[in-house]
Amino acid sequence: MDGFLTRHRSAFCAGMRDGVPIALGYLAVSFTLGIAARNAGLSAFQGFVASLLNNASAGEYAGFTAIAANASYLELALVTLVANARYLLMSCSLSQKFSPSTRSIHRFLVGYDVTDEIFGISIARPGPLDPYYVYGAIVLAAPGWAVGTYLGVMAGNLLPARAVSALSVALYGMFLAVVVPPAKKSRVLGVLVVLSFAASFLAERFLSLSSGTRTIVLTLALSAGAAVLFPHREEEEAQDAA
Amino acid sequence: MQHNIWISILVMAGVSYLIRVLPLTLLRRPIKSRFIRSFLYYVPYVTLSVMTFPAIVGATQTPIAGIAALVAGIVLAWRGASLFAVSASCCGVVFLLELFLCR
Repeated sequence: MDGFLTRHRSAFCAGMRDGVPIALGYLAVSFTLGIAARNAGLSAFQGFVASLLNNASAGEYAGFTAIAANASYLELALVTLVANARYLLMSCSLSQKFSPSTRSIHRFLVGYDVTDEIFGISIARPGPLDPYYVYGAIVLAAPGWAVGTYLGVMAGNLLPARAVSALSVALYGMFLAVVVPPAKKSRVLGVLVVLSFAASFLAERFLSLSSGTRTIVLTLALSAGAAVLFPHREEEEAQDAA
Repeated sequence: MQHNIWISILVMAGVSYLIRVLPLTLLRRPIKSRFIRSFLYYVPYVTLSVMTFPAIVGATQTPIAGIAALVAGIVLAWRGASLFAVSASCCGVVFLLELFLCR
């Protein structure tokens, strides 16, 4: 056990160091997620558990919206699937980063918290991925995310309507910060984002779909269309991930 | 029919976990299909865009504040502001505008 600790301690500590800013950011962002959870009727503890088990901003937000709309479990599952689909892509990419000798148990544990940020720092590590590096980041990031959600549900009850209204756009701001910079660099992505806005607006206006179904249908249609018309080149993908 | 919140949380958690762990455990070689790779690449951008607009306009007490937050967020993100700065600025814009618009 001693040899085991010395072998992995430095990777674990490096992960914790890189996990500090992530945890602080999560605390702030998941606070606003807590407000969405409260609107969906979740208690603070339920919000805490939901965040501890999901570790997903867009996914949880979409899920809470579906719960608020009293969607069926199937629709809830599909909405979560679509909103989290990028983690599928990230996990595909991360699976290539493990040394082939990495045992399955580590793959199961790392899979608990593949998020934009943890994927980002993991993929940026030189050489094969030491799972203990990821664990170091997770032990700070996951509690930060869950506690922030808990506080958001609690404080959402105390804050005045004006403050809740202001905080309710925080997640959308975050989504914009993810989507806009790559859209600036790539014309295809830029057009795709604008088309998505327009299609979403029209669908809300003229189709009586729930917001979850709308997200699923538009995502499948527009992404498939873009993939057929503008197949993505791999070398760009490697750059985006870095 | 009213759904149980704990079951809902478990449904979400199950999907979120499987989506991450299946590729990590099953996929030991790269995906070959160019279509699937391209499709997976585009999905996050479309999903986040669709979820943002027009929902952001309806999230605030007055639609004008939501539109202003949208514009501010796009401009700041375009200029390379950090995730946290963009998010906080959107909140700030709404808060300031609604000081005047909602009494």
